[in-house]
Parts: sequence; structure tokens; C-alpha cells
Amino acid sequence: MNKVMSNKKVIAMYIAPALFLVLALIYVPIVQTGYFGLMKWNGIGDMEFIGLKNYSHLINDPLFWKSALHSFLLAVFSALSLIGYLFISIILAGKIRGANLLRKIYLIPMLLASVAIAQLWLKIYHPTNGILNTVLISLGVDNPPAWLAESNLALYAIIVPIIWQYAGFYILIYYAALKNIPESLIEAARIDGATPLQIALKIKLPLIMNVIKVTIVLAVVGSLKYFDLIYVMTDGGPNGSSEVMASYMYHKAFKGFDFGYGSAIGFFLLVICLVVTFIISKLTKTKNDTY
Amino acid sequence: MNTVKTTGSQAIVNEKKTNLGTNSLFSRAAYGIMYLFLIIVAIFQIFPIIWLFLFSLKNNQEVFNMSPFALPESPKWENYSKVWTEGNISLYFFNSVTYTVVAVILTVVLASMVTFAITRMNWKGSKIVLGLFMIGLMIPVHSTLIPLFSTFTKLNMIDNPLSVILAYTAFNLPITIMILLGFYEALPREVEEAAVMDGASINYIFFKITLPMTSPVIATAAIINMIYNWNEFVFVNTFISSEKFKTLTVGIQNFIGQYTTDWGAIGATLVISILPILLAFFLLSNRIVEGIASGSVKG
Repeated sequence: MNKVMSNKKVIAMYIAPALFLVLALIYVPIVQTGYFGLMKWNGIGDMEFIGLKNYSHLINDPLFWKSALHSFLLAVFSALSLIGYLFISIILAGKIRGANLLRKIYLIPMLLASVAIAQLWLKIYHPTNGILNTVLISLGVDNPPAWLAESNLALYAIIVPIIWQYAGFYILIYYAALKNIPESLIEAARIDGATPLQIALKIKLPLIMNVIKVTIVLAVVGSLKYFDLIYVMTDGGPNGSSEVMASYMYHKAFKGFDFGYGSAIGFFLLVICLVVTFIISKLTKTKNDTY
Repeated sequence: MNTVKTTGSQAIVNEKKTNLGTNSLFSRAAYGIMYLFLIIVAIFQIFPIIWLFLFSLKNNQEVFNMSPFALPESPKWENYSKVWTEGNISLYFFNSVTYTVVAVILTVVLASMVTFAITRMNWKGSKIVLGLFMIGLMIPVHSTLIPLFSTFTKLNMIDNPLSVILAYTAFNLPITIMILLGFYEALPREVEEAAVMDGASINYIFFKITLPMTSPVIATAAIINMIYNWNEFVFVNTFISSEKFKTLTVGIQNFIGQYTTDWGAIGATLVISILPILLAFFLLSNRIVEGIASGSVKG
């Protein structure tokens, strides 16, 4: 057994193709991004080494920080929406008939392409014929806003479809975790006279803390790299009011042909994602969570 | 707020017999409120999609002059035949199918080989290699986009389906390995060990024994991969410029641009683009739920 299963040639043959793809298409590019960030480069012609100029430009670029602020706001709202998802999951994981069907219905938006979702919500937010404003007008609102066309509303209007899209995903995760809690633990607490609220806050939440931690990382990092929906719905507009880091990078590189600067933003995005992941897992580090 | 858990028989365990009557009435009301709340959430989740189906079957007169909640007077199926035949939607559709299928097969086979080598074979460095794949989960696509674009340009692979298929495969390998891993670890090794005793080669064991035994988890991994690939946007939008190579997600962008005022056509296009996923969901919802759960939380 050992001899056959330790055959180096076979092991290499089984690992090599996948490892090559991941190294060539993920790891080499992230190193290259950092390197290209040191260049003045339009993507086609020769590169010119300019040291840390792109990075210092980045630090002093108010438009970049505006997009970073928007990404940060998205992250905050996504993290806050987890509370709502958790609340729904706790109800759902109680003795609810049809819970399985309900959580599947909740999941549907998450399975659809962000591009299709974006097109659909463009229609929902349509100033004159969308359902939102039709309802508002019928409720007596005289001049409902044009939502995505208003620079003080666009970003918040985009947050709604994001919450809509990911609700089912997080509810599914929380539901599975809650269902994993041994029934005997809940029963014991109940016999000891704990109220349902106490059971939820003192027993269920601590027991699924590890899962909550993972979802916070997923929600925050996911928001920091959010792109598709915004690119289609507003393309960062109006007037940069919904620009986020990924869309800013995309505009700089593939529309403005400043590939050096775009690479610097891409590298910065990578560093932020890794640092945030690290910080959140440190901050939310819990003691022993085994049960 | 979570009184819902003290319904029915549970309440009996919990409460003294004297106040059982009022309490069960109270918890029944609470249960009703909870249920109503969950159903409202379900409506919020599903209604925009139903509305999309409605306006995909309407003409402009119905869209602009009548209530958006109204049913179409007579379903305008011609919206569908129009977008399918007039534009490139059918072409985009088949490109999406091709890229999705090729990338799913490639990803699942390569990921199975890696998972087999990591869980079944003895070698130093297997932990490190697994770690490399798992860290890949955290890398934002946008941080790789410019170098990938430049490398594919140099290799003459830009505006070539191969660039998209390879990118799909590389970026889906980590999550696919993650989904497979749990199943492989729980899978009994006796059959494989017996085959080794009988002198079978590793390739024989992998392709004829292990791979068939893992077909349930392969189905789960494949459906998750299918959803990701079908919905992917950035790679195609960046690497592909010819109409003939575009997928639905990118193609419908241009297409909808031409039809900005024809809501029926836009609706029909969107429904066509989401239909395969909805069908897969109705047929395989348990696998999808399982795949998303096992691919997301491993701590």
C-alpha cells in the first residue's frame, strides 16, 4: 500500500496541472501587479520604471480615497445586514414548518448573475416606470427621487440589491450552523428555565461564533472587492458617487489606459483584503468553541 | 422575540400546568407573527423575479401605460422569439454553455486529482500545497486582472475562449477542492486498499474506483462550478472583444443597450440568461444548498 501510494512521479502528475494553473493565473499575477505598480505603462507600449510614484499618487488621490470610503461603507452595511440575516435564521431554525422550502426561496437571488440582477434592479429603480416609484406615487409621494441618477442616493440604492442578493447565502450558512447545535443543549437550558431570548443570546450565538466570524470576513472582504453590480448599474456614477475600489481600478486601467496606476490600485486592494481578513479573525478570536 | 420555540409540546416541558392555556395561546400568536415575517421576507426575495417574468411578456404599451403589477393582457411570447433570432443572444447562449461545460469538467477532474493525491497518497509538502490552494480563495480577482490581460496578450490568447476557460478553472479550483475534501476524508479506504493488494495501478484506482465512488460530491461541485461560470462577468468583459466569443453576461450588456426602450425584449433577454440556473435550482436545489454550505464555512 505505502509503496504504491508514495510514488513520487504519480503524485507530481496528479498535482502538477492544477498547481500550475493556480500558480500561473493567481499567484504570479499578484506578484506582477505589485511590480507593474512601479511602472508608468499604458498597457501596450514599453514600461518605464518610476519607483513608488504610483503608490504615492495613490496615497494622495482624493478620488481613490472616495472610492475606498464607498467600499468601506458597503462593507459596513454588509456586516450590519448580517444581524438581520442572523435574526431571520434563528426564527427559521426554530420549529418552523416549511423552513427548508423558505430558505431555498431566500437563496434564489444569490444564484443569478450579478449582471442580470443589476439589469433587473435598474428597472425596479426606473424613475417613471419602475415598481418602486409606481408604488411611491400611488402612496401619494409627489416627486419620488430618481434613485440611481441622484449622487446622494446612488450608493445607498445599490446596497439594497446587494442585501437582497446575499440574504439567502448567509441565512443558509447560519441555518446550517444553528441546526448543528445538539438539541439536548437547548432542552437542558429550557428545563433550567431559560427564556427563548436567553437561549438565543446566551447559548446559540456563542455556539455558532466561529461561523459568524467567517461570515463577517466573507461579507467585509466580499464588499471590498465588489464590482459587477455597480459596474452595470451606475458604472461608478453619477459623478463618482458610487465608485468603489474595484471599479476605480478598472476605469483607470481599461478605460484610462493607465495600467501602472491601475496595478498599484489592484495591489493595494489585495493588501487591504488580506489585512482586513487578518484583523477580523484576530479581533473576533474566540476561546474554545467546541461543543 | 424567539418565543416560537416554545410551541406545542415544547411548552409543556417548559411551563407549569396552571398557565399552560394562556401560554400556548400566546406562543401560537407569536408563531403566527414569526411565520408572517418569514413569508414577507420570501416575497421580498422572489417578487422582483416574478415581476421580471411579467414584463418579459408585455409590450411597451402595457409597460408604460398600465400598472407594473398587472398581468400581461395576452402573453407576448414573441418577445422571446424576437431576441433569440434578431440579436446574438442564441450565440452568446451557446458560448456560455460551451465555456461553462468545458471549465466545469476541467475543474472537477483536476480538483479530484489534487484531492486524491492530498488525502490518499503519502508525501511531504501535501499540507503546503493544500494551503496554497486554500489561500487562493482570498485573492481578489481584480488584483490579477491587469497581469492576466498582459500575459494573455503576449501569448496571443486575448480574445480567445481559452483565456476565459483557463481563468475559470484556476479561480474555481480552490473552492472545488474545498468541497471535495470533506467527502474524500469521510470516504472509507478499504476498497482502494484492497485494489492495491490486488496490484492495481494508481491510475486504475483513481479513475475506476475512487472517482465513481465520489460521484455525489462531484455532482455538487459541478453544479456550484456551473453557477459560478455561467454568471461570470469580469474575465469575459476584459479578455474577449469579438461578438462571436462573448457570453450571455457580457453580451446582454450590449444587447440591452440597443433596446433601452423595449422593456419586453430586455425582460425576455434577462429571463433567457437566468433560466438555466433556475432550472438547475428546481431540479437540484438540495445539491446546491449542500455545495454552498460545504464550500463556504470550514473555519
